[in-house]
Amino acid sequence: MSKLLPFTGIALALAAWHFAAAAHPASLLPGPLMVARAIGELASRGLLLKYVVASLFRVTWGYLGALLLAVPAGMALGLSRRGEMALNPLLQLLRPISPLAWIPVAILWFGVGDLSAVFLIFIASFLPLTLATMKAVHDIDPVHLSAARNFDLPPHRLLRQVLLPAILPQLLVGMRITVGIAWLVVVAAEMIAVNSGLGFLIIDARNAGNRYDLVIAGMVLIGLIGVALDLLVRRAEQRIAA
Amino acid sequence: MKVRFHDVSMHFGAIEVLEAINLDVTEGELVCILGPSGCGKSTLLNIAGGFLEPSAGEVTIDGQRVSGPDRRRIFVFQERGVFPWLTVEGNIGFGLFDLSDAERRARIAHYVALVGLKGFERSYPRELSGGMKQRVEVARALAVNPDVLYLDEPFGALDSITRLQMRSELLRIWEAEKKTILFVTHDIEESVQLADRVVVLSARPGRVRRIVEIDIAHPRDLSSPRYLALRDEIFGEIGLAHKI
Repeated sequence: MSKLLPFTGIALALAAWHFAAAAHPASLLPGPLMVARAIGELASRGLLLKYVVASLFRVTWGYLGALLLAVPAGMALGLSRRGEMALNPLLQLLRPISPLAWIPVAILWFGVGDLSAVFLIFIASFLPLTLATMKAVHDIDPVHLSAARNFDLPPHRLLRQVLLPAILPQLLVGMRITVGIAWLVVVAAEMIAVNSGLGFLIIDARNAGNRYDLVIAGMVLIGLIGVALDLLVRRAEQRIAA
Repeated sequence: MKVRFHDVSMHFGAIEVLEAINLDVTEGELVCILGPSGCGKSTLLNIAGGFLEPSAGEVTIDGQRVSGPDRRRIFVFQERGVFPWLTVEGNIGFGLFDLSDAERRARIAHYVALVGLKGFERSYPRELSGGMKQRVEVARALAVNPDVLYLDEPFGALDSITRLQMRSELLRIWEAEKKTILFVTHDIEESVQLADRVVVLSARPGRVRRIVEIDIAHPRDLSSPRYLALRDEIFGEIGLAHKI
């Protein structure tokens, strides 16, 4: 019984959606059965896998690239007061700019294509990851840093044995939140900058004949994959924390 | 003379914390620095450990001026100094990165046994009690074979029974390893139980009020007239009547 409880809200929403759509056939909104059929259609045309893979591909590279640069950058800023004083105002200035505002710039630099979308994911992920790393470094117990200094640890050991393990729990939380942001942004980026992916599916289905069943199919898929990504990172988080 | 404080003064901004501290500690001696909260005793220990630069004066060890932390002199914090992401073994071996694997393992095994943690080598600090964590930290400090140990209220967070046990263990280890120990505490009984000499500091700014020699051999009888007399002398010195 309690295993079913988490699905209650979803089931109720599906039922309400089904009856509302059936009661107002004149509205363009398709019911859940039509959306399920649309997902089946995408699968049979080979587009389901193609679009999902395209979106995940962009998120993966943009996100990993950001992670690779943001962790060292955040650590350097977290450890150096001067560096932080010099660069933190810039980061704070960039922070309120929606990653979507970068779309024209991305197209100007990288044209319409994968690289633009990857760049946008990178921009969206880099700042939150840098700030999360910086905060995690600030929160390291000073006693642990003092102990490391006392034992005269060489820098590479300090990094591997103290700094990285100390920031890891907080960094993982930041990584999970940022995956969510990256997934939000990829959809928007694909509506404008590329010709494949789930975001493209949504905008293309509307433009090419008001196929709202495909639009909603795209939304459902985005939701499902978003949940899967979150679970994946949570799982990694638990494994590392244990 | 092992450790020598020479006219050490410290102020943070306008606040005078320590005023002209002079103190000589001989090799192998266990000296307790005792004083009320906020008297600067921890600051004094941090200066000796090289973590703080005094505003005036200097600390020398074997005649050499202390200019920073050094692995020949290890600072033991309260039990929160252990690394939660390392096992007992990993913590104790933390400072042994320049030894060969075999030496490292032998050294770890020796100190695991010395502090009575056999069977817990693979445990993480969160699985240990406060007293056990404190042992890990003491073992981690001893493993690099320092000649001075600085202990900053190491047993302050422990319950009173564990605290008594830890004191007698510290004395046992001290007698086995013959280290020079500077031990900061605000606990009068603790200082009389442990120290060769008790350095009584005044309230802020900390000055040396008096140095009391505890001329009782170990193990000390905590109800002997001499113990009680010394204890009450220090109570008096701090300005507390020993009555509640």
